[in-house]
Amino acid sequence: MSVLPYVVAVWICLVGLYGIVTSRHLLHTIICVSVVQSSTYVLLLAVGYRQGGVAPVFVDIPHTTPAVDPVVQALTLTDVVVGGAVTALLLAIAVQIEKHLHTLDPDELDPLRD
Amino acid sequence: MDEQPPRRPGELSFAARRRLFLVGAAGLGALLLWGLFGLPDYRDVVPLYGQVINHSAVEERSSTAVVSAVNFDYRGFDTLGEEFILFAAVLVLALLLRRLSEERRDRHEWKARHEHTTSAAVRLTCAALVGPTVLLAVYITAHGHLTPGGGFQGGVIAATALLLVYLGSDYPTMQRLRPLPLVETAKAAGALAFVLLGLAGLIFAGAFLENFLPLGTPGDLVAAGTIPLLSVAVGLEVAGGFVLLLSEFLDQLLVIRRKQEADS
Amino acid sequence: MSSILYATSIADLAPLTVAIPFGLAALLASRLPFPFTRHYAELVAAAGALVVAVLCLLLLSKTLDSDGPVVSRIGGWQPRDDGVIVGINFAFDSLGAALALLAAVLVGAALVFAWRFFEAVGPTFHALILVFLGALTGFALTGDLFNMFVFFELMSVSAYALTAYRIERAASLQGALTFAVTNSVGAVMILFGIALLYGRTGALNLAQVGEALASRPSDGLVVTAFALITGGFLVKAAIVPFHFWLADAYAVAPTPAAIVFTGVMSDLGIYAVARIYLTVFQAPLEPHVEGLRAVLVGFAVVTALLGAALALAQNHLKRLLAFVTISQIGLALIGVGLLTPDGVAGATLLIPADGLLRAGLFVCIGAILHRCGSVYQSSLHGRGRVLPKVFPVFFGAAVLGLAALPPLGAYPGKALVEEAAGEVGYGWVAIVFVVATAVAAAALLRAGGRVFFGWGAPHETDTDPREPPAEESELTGSRGRVPGVMFASAAVLIVAGLLVAAVPGTAEDAQRSAHAFADREAYAAPVLGRPPPPAEPVHLLHGGALEVVLGLLTALGSIALAVALLRDLVPLPRPVLMGFERLRRQHSGQIGDYVAWATVGFALLGGLCALAT
Repeated sequence: MSVLPYVVAVWICLVGLYGIVTSRHLLHTIICVSVVQSSTYVLLLAVGYRQGGVAPVFVDIPHTTPAVDPVVQALTLTDVVVGGAVTALLLAIAVQIEKHLHTLDPDELDPLRD
Repeated sequence: MDEQPPRRPGELSFAARRRLFLVGAAGLGALLLWGLFGLPDYRDVVPLYGQVINHSAVEERSSTAVVSAVNFDYRGFDTLGEEFILFAAVLVLALLLRRLSEERRDRHEWKARHEHTTSAAVRLTCAALVGPTVLLAVYITAHGHLTPGGGFQGGVIAATALLLVYLGSDYPTMQRLRPLPLVETAKAAGALAFVLLGLAGLIFAGAFLENFLPLGTPGDLVAAGTIPLLSVAVGLEVAGGFVLLLSEFLDQLLVIRRKQEADS
Repeated sequence: MSSILYATSIADLAPLTVAIPFGLAALLASRLPFPFTRHYAELVAAAGALVVAVLCLLLLSKTLDSDGPVVSRIGGWQPRDDGVIVGINFAFDSLGAALALLAAVLVGAALVFAWRFFEAVGPTFHALILVFLGALTGFALTGDLFNMFVFFELMSVSAYALTAYRIERAASLQGALTFAVTNSVGAVMILFGIALLYGRTGALNLAQVGEALASRPSDGLVVTAFALITGGFLVKAAIVPFHFWLADAYAVAPTPAAIVFTGVMSDLGIYAVARIYLTVFQAPLEPHVEGLRAVLVGFAVVTALLGAALALAQNHLKRLLAFVTISQIGLALIGVGLLTPDGVAGATLLIPADGLLRAGLFVCIGAILHRCGSVYQSSLHGRGRVLPKVFPVFFGAAVLGLAALPPLGAYPGKALVEEAAGEVGYGWVAIVFVVATAVAAAALLRAGGRVFFGWGAPHETDTDPREPPAEESELTGSRGRVPGVMFASAAVLIVAGLLVAAVPGTAEDAQRSAHAFADREAYAAPVLGRPPPPAEPVHLLHGGALEVVLGLLTALGSIALAVALLRDLVPLPRPVLMGFERLRRQHSGQIGDYVAWATVGFALLGGLCALAT
């Protein structure tokens, strides 16, 4: 199927968003944010893939060998680091929220409440 | 389903919110698919940018791992930004998870709670793995320009080595091995080194982040100019950052107790 | 082999606007003894902001001298003979340089505000705000799609961090959480769009992508990419229905950070929309520009009116200013959404003026908080009298500037956008401008009247009946007086905001720059290493009598409305009030609601764009 990875990427994104919207626990929300971000990894890597292409590492093989796209891999790497940093930050915020409010239900948050 | 908290008057009910979302998601999904079907078959084509770099990276930069060449040379500026995202996140993490004034560290309580430590098998395995893990981290960082790897991957592996120490022994041992001021300095030094290497490119070669060191031959350990150096700088920063990250969370979990609880 | 248009040494220094703040932040965050003590940290940070500001000023003057954008090839990578650009380059014109300068000035002002008094814990705050500065300038100057995304994410993460800074208050954490989740979703959509463009064109450089797209008519992929990328940036710009996070975040962010947020961060989203449309999408989407204009202006008008209306309903001063910000960004989007060079020029004049004035107002609110210990109008009634008399003057001057009193403040931008709109048959937006600006300004004037002079009936709560908790001051130092730095920063920001667009010649420069900004081929040529196309003559618009009248009408209208509100002379029928309350309640502070609305927003934006093409 020529469009399978694209459909998978869209599905992962929508499922993650659904999780965020209906979440009852902050950790679940944060993981769902991570899931939504991972849909972009699938898409990027699919865009750069080619059938029969080798990994873009040319130690033993001539560099004219058809290889997959290294640029999207670099972009995905960047994306993963960004996603990891955001997740860590959100988790730390969640830890502190639990200490203040003694709840991790996102629907009990209130912007004006201290 | 558990009891849901009551909604204040006028706010969307949970059912309404879900319905709203499903309508939106249907539209968004249709939009995304419509756009994505305009892409060529994913198995066929490698985009032009990637093809060009694949063909020229080895000659231009003496780097056989093209992804690292892209990360640290062609698109090194992106890596600078990305590294500082991690930097900023870990910086504020320390703030978010520091002990608040009403808490204090309670090592004694920790000790009492964790007398029943891990089994001998686990301790032995972890202790045995620490050395190879550190070695792997160094190898992957240093060979970033030759084989898949680089600073990010190596740095994360180095941080897991510390986690293995914790799993294999106990918290005070881990603490001895990661003096926090040193780790913070390492993280900042890695970040600063990247910036300075970029500045050196400006001074010695006329453009920020330009690769100004001799390129050597592809396949050598000392080759590809500044790429391995940038890789090491990033490795230092990522290792320091993740060690700090893990330490802060572990501290939160294990050691910090509210004053009242500890006193009672 | 370089054309004379390639910048000489000053352009090569452009990446330093990013490298210097980053390097200093790393230095501050290390445990080295030298910059570690708090005073040195502030000095180092302020010096860094100053250096960046000077550099941006030099870059701005360079852009005004050259035709076409100034290009800075990072990594030394020149475009190849086949036109492929393998490195990242900065490619900026006077708009980008001006925004970078604005960012540096605002961060400097924030550091001055925080000088010695802000409850900074160690050098973390200063390191974070320096990283934030680097991200802002990098974002404004870059010419590469993915680089834009990286700096966008860095700007966002630093902003989340700064919002959550006061961890002892649960509200800060909650505000930061909703901010982070909603903006992350927006960033994912941008990345989807970038992936689509990369898959189609095989390039990430803005000029190169634009070039590649120009040769084929648009199809589903191009429209979707446009909708996703624009939508993602509109999340940052807090356009309805992506706007919910902004009020929550501004209400809890520490004042120095809020100064920068309101002054430049959200406006950069609008800049990105303009940049990306004009450089990348203009060629394939040109045949559909009428429809797209309607879509963008539609979203903008709703935002402008909604923001202003909700500002009236806020008891919390920072939230009030947040909704005013939302409304004004909506007005700036009207300018950009017209998709004409004159519209963009108008937005260019609006953004710095409004941004600086709002930043000045935030300083005033910070002063009120420090001196009186609260930011709730209901508990501040009349207590503002203890502040030095000059603060009501600052406040009033800033609001009148926002109300577009000719010829100051927002007036030049407003007039230009109204004229530009008239040129494409959208003259009715002038009414929207008048109404939205007047209502927002009235809300501010009413607040000022209540707080500084005790006008109006006390304990009026057309607002939230929940008990407002006491808010602690962010500053150390005696509560008995307002620190001199607050005077200084408020004065500088407000005066700058009033004058920045009014200086003679700025309007003409903005129009010329905008025409260059909007010319895709003129932008692409130096980046791709080609000689530039001949410059087309620019027909300059000058504000006419009509615009002056409208400006006066707006300013006077806002005063009249404020007086009427203070005296309870505005009877609103009950259904209207009920509808109003429901609208306000939608801003529930809950992530699920916000993300649901955002999803609908993306679907709506995409659907309307699809219909328009």
